Amino acid sequence: MIQYLFFALSALTIISALYVVFSRNPMHSVLSLIVCFFTVAGHYILLNAQFLAIVHIIVYAGAIMVLFLFTVMLLNLNRETEPHKTNWVKIAAVIAAGMLFLTLIASLKMAGLGTYSLPHKSNIGFIQDIGVKLFTDFMLPFEISTILFMSAMIGAVLLAKKEK
Amino acid sequence: MKEMAMNTVPHNWYLFLSTFLFCIGIMGVLFRRNAIIIMMCIELMLNSVNLLLVSFSAYSGNSDGQVFVFFIMVVAAAEVAVGLALLVSIYRNIASTDIDKLSKLKW
Repeated sequence: MIQYLFFALSALTIISALYVVFSRNPMHSVLSLIVCFFTVAGHYILLNAQFLAIVHIIVYAGAIMVLFLFTVMLLNLNRETEPHKTNWVKIAAVIAAGMLFLTLIASLKMAGLGTYSLPHKSNIGFIQDIGVKLFTDFMLPFEISTILFMSAMIGAVLLAKKEK
Repeated sequence: MKEMAMNTVPHNWYLFLSTFLFCIGIMGVLFRRNAIIIMMCIELMLNSVNLLLVSFSAYSGNSDGQVFVFFIMVVAAAEVAVGLALLVSIYRNIASTDIDKLSKLKW
């Protein structure tokens, strides 16, 4: 049952990811990337990481993709203004990515990872466990990430402001 | 040969899926000329790494990986905010997001 769910979600993820790359209209790319993010959230739920699934939907589909959508609309990008590489470069890109995929898969085969199975009763992935980890073991990175956000916010405002 | 229950997913499948997603992201970066789509493909690659970290954390029963995914999301959000602001200001100057037109720093 879970395997069928995994296959359905994976097929959706891969198809929508491919559509992001191959779609001619930037708007369709953005929308299919949103679908891709939702299916990845489904994978998180399958992996028993409910908190991350919710955060993933809120942050990616809610914040990041809205930002992308607004930018695509603001710059008025559409099918006609979309620049394209020459066919040779496209073929080279597909071949290069395929070679990388083959290499990674071959190295994973050689690594010989066992087929683990999910531990049955575990509370990892729940908000309590992650919260305790975040505020004890990962306190310093947590604080540093606030500085990162602060600087990103200031930088974004400064960069997007109209130059006089 | 370990007996595999029907209702569990082997860990290797998650490895293959996230490898495939990562390669799709790389293909998109090489394939497209629109800078916004290239940033979206970078998001795709970050997502594949997130999926890998979550799967490792779930299968090894240790939640450190999920905290790392949390931080990757933070970095991705900051990166997108700054990157899109840069793109908007570039668009104001050259009226295009075509990366082949941004060749002033090319030697």
